[in-house]
Amino acid sequence: MSDNQRIELRFQLNGESVQVRVHPSDRLLDLLRYDLGLPGTKEGCGEGECGACTVLMDGVPANSCLIPAYQVRGRTILTIESTELADVEPLLAAGTTQCGACTPGVVMTARWIRDHPELLERFGSRQLMAGNLCRCTGYDGIIDGLLALVGQDEEA
Amino acid sequence: MRVLMPESVSEALAFKATNPDIVPIAGGTDLLVQWPGQLERQAASYLDLSGLDELRTIRWTQDTLELGALTTYWDTLCQPRVGVEHPLLHDAARQVGAIQIQTRGTWAGNIINASPAADGVPVLMAYDATVVLASVDGERQVPLSAFYHGYKQLEARPHELIRKILVPRREHDVQFFEKVAPRQAQAITVVGVTVAHSSCGWRVVASSMAPTVCRCPHLESLLQEGTPVSCPEDLLEPLRADVSPIDDLRSSAHYREQVMSRVLYFNLGETCPAFRSTR
Ligand SMILES: Cc1cc2nc3c(=O)[nH]c(=O)nc-3n(C[C@H](O)[C@H](O)[C@H](O)COP(=O)(O)OP(=O)(O)OC[C@H]3O[C@@H](n4cnc5c(N)ncnc54)[C@H](O)[C@@H]3O)c2cc1C
Repeated sequence: MSDNQRIELRFQLNGESVQVRVHPSDRLLDLLRYDLGLPGTKEGCGEGECGACTVLMDGVPANSCLIPAYQVRGRTILTIESTELADVEPLLAAGTTQCGACTPGVVMTARWIRDHPELLERFGSRQLMAGNLCRCTGYDGIIDGLLALVGQDEEA
Repeated sequence: MRVLMPESVSEALAFKATNPDIVPIAGGTDLLVQWPGQLERQAASYLDLSGLDELRTIRWTQDTLELGALTTYWDTLCQPRVGVEHPLLHDAARQVGAIQIQTRGTWAGNIINASPAADGVPVLMAYDATVVLASVDGERQVPLSAFYHGYKQLEARPHELIRKILVPRREHDVQFFEKVAPRQAQAITVVGVTVAHSSCGWRVVASSMAPTVCRCPHLESLLQEGTPVSCPEDLLEPLRADVSPIDDLRSSAHYREQVMSRVLYFNLGETCPAFRSTR
């Protein structure tokens, strides 16, 4: 079996169709950062715990460190680079970010919740954010920012 | 490293038949952990199941809920009917990792990964789920409770794939899933207790208490017979006959036994009037 397999694939990235060639061992995180020049998505733990590498895959949050690049063929990926200023202003005002390492992942999960406010009827905001670890804010700034983004005053 | 990307289940089964060492990959949430640091130890070839939409189905028949092999925790959480008929599937799904893991991790991957601390396996086992294994030779069904022969020793043969999981549709008057862990998300189960009672009898399933997730026949017959239980300690003897917890970096055998007996005692006391009345 050949060791230099390359897989050609096409997927939707931040609203555009892109075509790439990947190795079987590439993760989506590597593809984004090193091949596609989108370093906004961060690598934290590399084992799915911390959520710094969160992207939206077919509309739901996923850790790009655990996704083989070849699995995005035909799928839709949104990364932090697709974020509009309006998405983050409430977060900035609430002190959601300090050192910034977790922030791209936090923003992607928060955008998902903002776009699906019905989630907050079934899940607590802290439960929904539990896969995004932060070592600076103590989380209250993150939850306050999320609530401001979705337009709620009080934590469910 | 090489990856094969079949376009149909029959193509996947044919690949698996000619190359039994090939490693199937679904959500990758077990296989890709610490991936770059482990590349030298990775398998030579992978079989990507993720494109097989025919495996991504949730279906109800007259008496069965069918979960296709690619069904994720999130897929089940998005189906209110699953929560109504099989609430423990929702309870467990919500407690697997965090959202980012729930959207990718599959019930079938949880079964094959065979962790003694798994959270998907025990609720399926308590509902008497059956694993449908497929190969080029056809299909066969194995009860999940008979799927594990020892630590990471599975009934599945090298050329087989899980095609789907069948969960009987039954009425349950008692059912709970209790995951004891240091944090409510992203934590590995220290003690897991799942109980379900239907017209088919009691099911008590323990996680992180033995080399595999397992049923507890002594505890089940104690409940079946209505043996009086006046304190958690009364459960220790049958519990010790059913499980064999160990000391490890997450906990001690002693703590695990104590916690399991208490979770059983207090949860049954709360949810089962018949159990209360034996005190
Ligand atoms: C941060 C983090 C937190 C986690 N938290 C939990 C938790 O709380 N509880 C828990 O139980 N687990 C947890 N897990 C483990 C994991 O998410 C689950 O075991 C998940 O169900 C695995 O599914 P997958 O599709 O991602 O598996 P994969 O990684 O794709 O595969 C797992 C195994 O199953 C095999 N496989 C997959 N599909 C098939 C098939 N159809 N036929 C044959 N073999 C197959 C693969 O070859 C592999 O051996 C966690 C993982 C991470 C990274």
